[in-house]
Amino acid sequence: MIGKGEPTPKHTPAGGGFPASVDDLRAVARKLRRHVVTMIAAAGSGHPGGSLSAADIVAALYFKVLRHNPEDPGWQDRDRFILSKGHAAPILYAALAESGYLPVEELTTLRKLDSRLQGHAEAKLTPGVEMSSGSLGMGLSFAVGVGLAARLDSRAYRTYVLLSDGECQEGQTWEAALSAAHFKLDNVMAIVDCNGMQLSGWTRDIMNLEPFVEKWQAFGWHTVEIDGHDITQILSACQEAEQTHGVPTVVVARTIKGKGVSFMEDNVAFHGKAPSEEETQRALKELE
Amino acid sequence: MTMAEASTREAFGKTLVELGRVDTGIVVLDADLSPSTMTGLFAREFPGRFFNCGIQEQNMIGIAAGLAASGKTVFASSFAIFASCRCFDQLRLCLSQTGLNVKVVATHGGITVGEDGKSHHAIEDLALYCALPGFTVIVPADAIEAAEAVRTAASIVGPVYIRLSRGKTPVIYPEGYEFSLGKAVIMRQGKDATIIGTGIMVAMALEAADALARDNIDCRVLNVHTLKPLDEAQLVAAASETGAIVVAEEHLAQGGLGSRVAQVITKERPVPMAFVNLGDSYASSGTAEQLLERAGLSVRAIEEATRSAVGRK
Repeated sequence: MIGKGEPTPKHTPAGGGFPASVDDLRAVARKLRRHVVTMIAAAGSGHPGGSLSAADIVAALYFKVLRHNPEDPGWQDRDRFILSKGHAAPILYAALAESGYLPVEELTTLRKLDSRLQGHAEAKLTPGVEMSSGSLGMGLSFAVGVGLAARLDSRAYRTYVLLSDGECQEGQTWEAALSAAHFKLDNVMAIVDCNGMQLSGWTRDIMNLEPFVEKWQAFGWHTVEIDGHDITQILSACQEAEQTHGVPTVVVARTIKGKGVSFMEDNVAFHGKAPSEEETQRALKELE
Repeated sequence: MTMAEASTREAFGKTLVELGRVDTGIVVLDADLSPSTMTGLFAREFPGRFFNCGIQEQNMIGIAAGLAASGKTVFASSFAIFASCRCFDQLRLCLSQTGLNVKVVATHGGITVGEDGKSHHAIEDLALYCALPGFTVIVPADAIEAAEAVRTAASIVGPVYIRLSRGKTPVIYPEGYEFSLGKAVIMRQGKDATIIGTGIMVAMALEAADALARDNIDCRVLNVHTLKPLDEAQLVAAASETGAIVVAEEHLAQGGLGSRVAQVITKERPVPMAFVNLGDSYASSGTAEQLLERAGLSVRAIEEATRSAVGRK
C-alpha cells in the first residue's frame, strides 16, 4: 500500500530499514510507549493513559501506512495525520522523533519553557504537526477541510485523523461527521481510540456514546470495528478504508487506556498524571 | 443633503466574484446564509470552490482551517453574531493560534439588523475578535471601503475579520478610494476635538461635525476602519492636535473601538474623552432607525458627547 505504485518519497525510520513485519511494528509501538512514559515523567505532568492507548495505532500509521517524508515535512503529496485528541501529544511526538522529524533527545523537553514540544501540539512550532489541537472536537472538521483541498487540487493524498471516544461527546465532531459524509470524502479516514475512559471516569457512566458504531453508520460512514492493539487489524482497516469509495471510513478501535503499563491500564488516575520515579522505573521495565 | 446609499454585503459578494476570477486558490464557505451574505454570487459562478457547510459555524471554521493549511485562501461567511459567538473557540485555536489564511467576512453586524431582535444583534463581535492575537479586524464605513477591505484581506496572509451591515449605508467615499490597512483616514480636518468613528458611525460623525461647525466647534473626523492593528500614531496626533476625543461605534462599551482607543490615549496623550456606543445593554426588535435612536447612536448623541469632551478640556 505504500506509495500506491508511484515513485514517491517513502518514509525512512531513524536507524534505517522499513519495518515490514507486524512484529517490527509491535516493537516500534513498545518503543513509542517507552518514550511516552519517559517524556511525561521528565515533564512532571501530562496524559499517559490516552497516549498509551493510541500507541499501536500511531505506530502502524507512521511506520507502515502513511506516505510521508520526514526530511520534507511540507511535501505536498504527503498523507496527513491529524491528532484531534490533543492531550495525546506525547505519542505523536514520540512517533515524529522515531521517524526522524525531531531528535529523540528532544523528547524530554516536553512541556518545558521554550520547547518545541508544547503540552498540546502546535502546528507552526513542531515539524510534522499538521494541526494545533488541545480543545477537543476540532480535528475532524480540520480533516474535512484538508480532504476537500486534496480533491480541489486533484491530489491523491489521504487524511487520517485520530479522535478519542470522549471527544465524540463534543457536538462539533458530529457536525464534521455529517459534512464528511455529505461531501463524500472517501479520502478521509477517522480512527477513534475508544479506550472507554475520560478524565473523570468511564465514558459509559459520564455521557454514554453507545451504540457508537451505529451512530457513525447513521451519519453515513463506512465503519470498521477492530481491536486497536492488534497491528494486523489496524493495517487491514486502513486498507479497507482506502478501498472504500464514495463515503468516509471510521475505524472504531477498541483500546485499553494506559495499555502496556499494568498499573495504568483502565486506571483513570493516569488520564492526566505523570508517574512517580518509582512508577516510571516499573513502567519502563514492563515495556522492555 | 442626503447621501447615496449602497450595501456593504453586496459589495462584498461582487468583489469576491472578481477575486475568484483572478485567483483559483480562493475557496468560499458559508453556513446556510449565502443568499443573505451574498456569497451566493460566488457560489453561482464557482460552484466547485464553494461549500455550503449547513448550519454548522464551528465545523465551518475547522474546515476553513484545514483548507487554509492546504494552501487555500479561504473566505468564510455568516451573520456576525454566529461568526463570532458561536465559534469563538474554533477561531482561537484553529485561526488565531495558527495564523492560518482565513478571512471571516460577516454580514448583519450590530443592532441595525433590526427586527430579528437581540439574539441576532452582534454587538460584542469586535471585542471578541480584537481579543484574538494575530487577527486583523476591519469595519468598513461604506460599500466602497468594504470592497477595498475585501481585496486587501485577500492580498495579505493571515486571519482577518471584516464586519459588514445588513442594510444599505451612506456612500462616503468616491470610486477610486484607496484603502490602506491599519491607517486611519482623516475625513475632515479640525482643531477643537476629534470624532473617531468606525462602520456606520463614520457617516454620522461627519454629519455631527457639520452641525458642531455651526456652533464654532471645529471637529476632526477620523475613520478608524482597522480596529486591529490600530493606527496609534494617528490617534496620538489627534489627541495632541485637537485635545479631545470622541469615539462612536455600533458595539457594546466593553472591548470595542472605544476601549482600544482609550488604552492608547491614556498611555500616550491623556485628553478628555467621550463615548457613543451601546453601553452595557442589548437592543430589541424594531427598525434599524428606531433602534439606533433608542440606543443613542445618533448624530445628536455624537454632538452632545463632543460638547462634553470639549467642555472638559
